[in-house]
Amino acid sequence: MSSATAQAPPLANAPRVSRRRKALRPYLLSVPAVLLCAGILYPFFLGVSYTFFDFSATNPQPNVVGFANFKEILASSEFWASARVTLLFALAATGLETVLGVGVALLLNRSTLIGKLFEKVLIVPLMVAPILAAIMWKLLLLPEIGWVRPIVEFFGVHGYNGTDSPVMAMVWAIVVDAWIFTPFVAIIALAGLRSLPKSPFEAAAVDGGGWWLTFRKLTLPMLWPYVLVAVIFRLMDNLKMFDVIFGLTSGGPGTATTTLQISAYLEAISYARYSSGLTYMFLLWALVFVISMILVKYLRRLQNRAAGV
Amino acid sequence: MGTTTEPMAEPAAPAPAKQPPGPPSTANQRRAQRGSAAGLFGNLALVLYFAFSLLPVLFIVLLSLKSNAQQTTTYLWFTPTLENYQTVLGLGDGGSSYVRFFLASLATSTGAVLVSLLIGIPAAYAAARYRFRGSEDLMFTLLSFRFAPELVVIIPLGVIYQQIGLYDTIFGMIWVLQLVTMPLVVWILRSFFQDLPAELEEAALLDGYTRRQAFLKIVLPLVRPGIAAVCLLAFIFAWNNFIFPFTLTSGDAQTVTVSSLAFLGGNQVRFNLVAAGAVMAVLPPLVLALCIQRYLVRGLSFGAVKG
Repeated sequence: MSSATAQAPPLANAPRVSRRRKALRPYLLSVPAVLLCAGILYPFFLGVSYTFFDFSATNPQPNVVGFANFKEILASSEFWASARVTLLFALAATGLETVLGVGVALLLNRSTLIGKLFEKVLIVPLMVAPILAAIMWKLLLLPEIGWVRPIVEFFGVHGYNGTDSPVMAMVWAIVVDAWIFTPFVAIIALAGLRSLPKSPFEAAAVDGGGWWLTFRKLTLPMLWPYVLVAVIFRLMDNLKMFDVIFGLTSGGPGTATTTLQISAYLEAISYARYSSGLTYMFLLWALVFVISMILVKYLRRLQNRAAGV
Repeated sequence: MGTTTEPMAEPAAPAPAKQPPGPPSTANQRRAQRGSAAGLFGNLALVLYFAFSLLPVLFIVLLSLKSNAQQTTTYLWFTPTLENYQTVLGLGDGGSSYVRFFLASLATSTGAVLVSLLIGIPAAYAAARYRFRGSEDLMFTLLSFRFAPELVVIIPLGVIYQQIGLYDTIFGMIWVLQLVTMPLVVWILRSFFQDLPAELEEAALLDGYTRRQAFLKIVLPLVRPGIAAVCLLAFIFAWNNFIFPFTLTSGDAQTVTVSSLAFLGGNQVRFNLVAAGAVMAVLPPLVLALCIQRYLVRGLSFGAVKG
């Protein structure tokens, strides 16, 4: 459509748009977004500055205390217990979601009739608000009304007590998280599987490579960049997971599922010790930030290598 | 490595099978048998996973249909009733707060998506089409919002909101929900813009279009499906958010995700009401998600994986 007019001399005003305006254009387009970022970063930095004060509801005129908050929290056993719970939950949940998600993707990729049917409903748990998912599971796990007790008893396990014991509370929190987010890993892995080139697999089939060998030497390495994207998202989210744990156990029993986000919530909102809660949050933020930087760098290297080959 | 040992073993194995003409138990057939056994096992695993995946949903739907007398039983046979939904919606006794929470969810989510679109589309376009200083910084700052623990912003923001009167307001919620919707909109739309060849706009410019016309008349219509998908996805995430309305609202701007907790409190918990409230709060995102299945992979991975 442009071939005829493309020959015509450029319109008089086209080059008149001065070079400086042209150079400014991307900045002008980004100004609203930058302002918005500033509007979010301001409270963030304000929050970081609070960590050097003794700000709380009972002390609205705070004084500078330097690193006292950090010293106190890093010396407390509660913090380290909470950090351990956070890491345990995040690593276990991410691991479970990754294994299950890749497994489900491999099974769905065979395009069987049953698989096609299931693929339609795969994302249902993912679209349920995590807090509602946690509440649904809370009811499901209640010994009086839930279905888990009869199912467990059918298999001959007695003494089921829901999330009453510390170990089971953590296990169920991980299961609920995996219930919601396994589809997330699965759909990304499935998209990856479907975009893989066919020829290496045909060659492997001709060579008589077994399923396990093909999977280990071919599928997994080629799929890994996709899986890694999902793992990064899941790990970052699980490190700061609040909804699932708050809805299911509120951090209990005792402090068995009290992650750093829950600790910070209790400190800052329940006890209104803002500075202390923020110090918890800042330490978690730093942890998430460092881990995400490492993972993103690894992903970049992986993608560059894939692009280079 | 594996390929060198396999062919060595291969001729030895089928050789005896070929010799006797009677039983046609060839390697291929054995492999096919093994394949169907694996297939059966695979299907079984799928059925198990999807039972796990759908059971809680079925449970909560059934629970929401149980009467008060039956809500504390695990029976599957019962007379379904809609009275829980009527109670939650306040149809019996004029008005309920649930409807108000529902409308607040609708208002905050829609508002958050609109603001994100207005601000995000130009920024995404700039990031996709121009190389300029600070572009990547802006993109990664936005991405870091997605990964930052929410409370790190909520606590100071709560203090600010109390001071300037934004606490428990729809506008305050729209503002803070930008943390959820904005990174999503900008990152995904950038990937959609990048998919379009730059020659498209260059041709339009040669045709005498101004840059703005080229964008509005050529580029925007082409990414319309992408924008629609992003809208719905951002809406879903804003709707499903819990921690922001939970900490920054108390009544007027409270959303359905928070109100679902309210039924759990009190002297006697009405499980069937909790279930009915949850079912209604889950429906909008679920229906919207089914409309954008094609774009979910790209959306959920922030454009990193193109499904």
